[in-house]
Amino acid sequence: MGSIVLTFILAATGTLVLGLVLRWVDRKVTAMVQWRVGPPWYQTFVDVLKLMGKENLVPVTAQGTGFLLAPMIALAGSGVTAAILWHAIAIPSQAFVGDLIVVIYLLILPALMTMLGAAASGNPHAAIGASREMKLLLSYELPMVLALLVAVAQTGWSFKLGGIIEAQAAGGSVLLSISGALAIIVAILCMQAKLGQVPFDLAEAECEIMSGVYVEYSGPSLAMFLMSRAMLLALMPLLLIIVFWGGLYTGAWWGYLTFAGKYFVLVALVTLIRNTNPRLRIDQTLKFFWFGLTPVAVLALVLALVGIAKGLPWL
Amino acid sequence: MSHRTVVNIGPFHPLQEEAEFYQLYVEGETVVDMDVRISYNHRGIEKLDESKTFDQVPFVVERVCGICSASHPLAYVQAVEEIAHVQVPERALYLRTIVNELERIQSHMLWVGLAGHFLGYNTVFMWAWKYREPCTDALEIATGSRVSYANCKIGGVRRDMTNEQLKAIDQAVTEQQEPLEMLTKAVLDDPVLHARLKNVGVLTPEDAKSYGALGPTVRGSGIPIDVRRDDPYAAYDRVDWEVITAPGGDVFGKAVVRLLECFEAIKIIKQCVKDIPGGEIDAKVEAIPPGEGIGRVEAPRGETFHYVRSDGSNRPVRHKIRAPSFNNVPTFKASCIGLQIPDVAITLASVDPCYSCTERMCVAVDAQSRKPMYNFAELVKLSQQKTQRLLKQW
Repeated sequence: MGSIVLTFILAATGTLVLGLVLRWVDRKVTAMVQWRVGPPWYQTFVDVLKLMGKENLVPVTAQGTGFLLAPMIALAGSGVTAAILWHAIAIPSQAFVGDLIVVIYLLILPALMTMLGAAASGNPHAAIGASREMKLLLSYELPMVLALLVAVAQTGWSFKLGGIIEAQAAGGSVLLSISGALAIIVAILCMQAKLGQVPFDLAEAECEIMSGVYVEYSGPSLAMFLMSRAMLLALMPLLLIIVFWGGLYTGAWWGYLTFAGKYFVLVALVTLIRNTNPRLRIDQTLKFFWFGLTPVAVLALVLALVGIAKGLPWL
Repeated sequence: MSHRTVVNIGPFHPLQEEAEFYQLYVEGETVVDMDVRISYNHRGIEKLDESKTFDQVPFVVERVCGICSASHPLAYVQAVEEIAHVQVPERALYLRTIVNELERIQSHMLWVGLAGHFLGYNTVFMWAWKYREPCTDALEIATGSRVSYANCKIGGVRRDMTNEQLKAIDQAVTEQQEPLEMLTKAVLDDPVLHARLKNVGVLTPEDAKSYGALGPTVRGSGIPIDVRRDDPYAAYDRVDWEVITAPGGDVFGKAVVRLLECFEAIKIIKQCVKDIPGGEIDAKVEAIPPGEGIGRVEAPRGETFHYVRSDGSNRPVRHKIRAPSFNNVPTFKASCIGLQIPDVAITLASVDPCYSCTERMCVAVDAQSRKPMYNFAELVKLSQQKTQRLLKQW
């Protein structure tokens, strides 16, 4: 029991710190792309600290309980996901059966709670943001799960994160096959939507609905949402590395370095995509995910199944 | 789906830098009706001008708009020159053209940046504003100032430009060309931008005409209306250039018009710098006779119109300004209804509205008796009565 609590606390706080640092990297690189100076390294931390010290305003139109509970559950969900993922990557042999499914569910929590909080705030801008968040969730969840299924199929139908890592350590990364490459492309785009970054930041589109879902949040509750999102920024690349890219190679001393390199590449991709695209409309987003990415994910899955049946590991 | 909610854009909203208030009546995300209220920033410039001498007014009117601060003074001095029948020296006409075209480039690039920001494309925002710098530098070389150029005076311009200055301006616009081409390509070739801008906020040529739209707003609907060609002023009839139009009337068309107009502006400036004659820059106007005159200038947003009446004293007795946004803002009624909220945001921005330029006093008039209602004293009284009523209720 003690070790579980310790794992949770270590993973959650570690992910939070990592997420805030990554958030800073994202902002700094964005600033450099845009010929700005950008914030100092501690900016994201002081942002959270400052919000923690501010008054927590609850508008009269809000349903207080749901409004205040939502950010807490979102943060808790991210924390538990962090514990499962880091535990799986550190000690692959100790994973429990079906933890991948639990992770998929837990990763929906922040988006779900954003919707709940926004709907509870009673603000028309937030209501539009919540409806967009819901449509966004419906858009990316299907291709995301299909893409993850490719890795599951390739690693011998293992729904255990630890099993997926071990299978890749033995037989090479999922990424190195055609179906795996297609799947990770789909998954990266879904990650962009899950993180709410441009071109899929419609739930909080600043110039249209004034931060939409977060418009009524202030002080600690806003800080909790920000922390939850920072943690997601650290967790999504981690999930993709575990599932598609072999996790943490511990066989040699450069294992940690390659891991950091993979992490860097995925976070850099998020920053790159968000700086080279305008925001899409919600109907365009839906079409993109359902009629663009879902067929690609299905194709990847079919290729993977054919590869397994015919014994062609490169498919 | 008959549940209607009101989404407010304004009075203070990140979409636009000025105080404006659009009320969007939405069903789901679709805008079914819209309403606009402006006049948050009425400054009384027309009345202020009546207390200034003819020579002081250009400095007031260039503060009508920070971005069109070459167009408004030029329209004003043209109106006064019409009253006094002044023949402006050739060199002054060319100098006016240079400053006005530089202003067009910086204004259009500013819009491209803002449009990017409204679409959530902040890289375009920052890049457009960075690449606008050579142009604002050229304006500083030409007039000594990045905004509010204080360049026009009745009968000519206030400052001459040396050959070195002209050369520097030529070099600056040459430098401007390359980033502008890059930006134009980036905007016109981006498939995601196409998806967001094409066939969005369509203003049909018929609607554009019936609303009296001006500038890039109407040229984006394929109608070639341009004061520079239709009623030439300054040196526009002495240089070779084309009126840019784009078919479609959508936001994309307006963006294309603005970007291509920048290249035309560079062409005009280069010709002006090459062909500029020597001689005087000021006709030295002594007095303004009684009479009335108008001045029309193609500002970056469309035709700006100034009317001035003189009674022979040293002050205008009436000065009337019509900024292009006055015509362009109401076109949202034709272009925005039926769109989704994100499309409405960019369509509103696509006319490049300038609210404080177009603000004016509103007077409520009784429909039957035509008598003005609600003057200042009455409004104060109404307000006091309401306060009394509230106090009684408590």
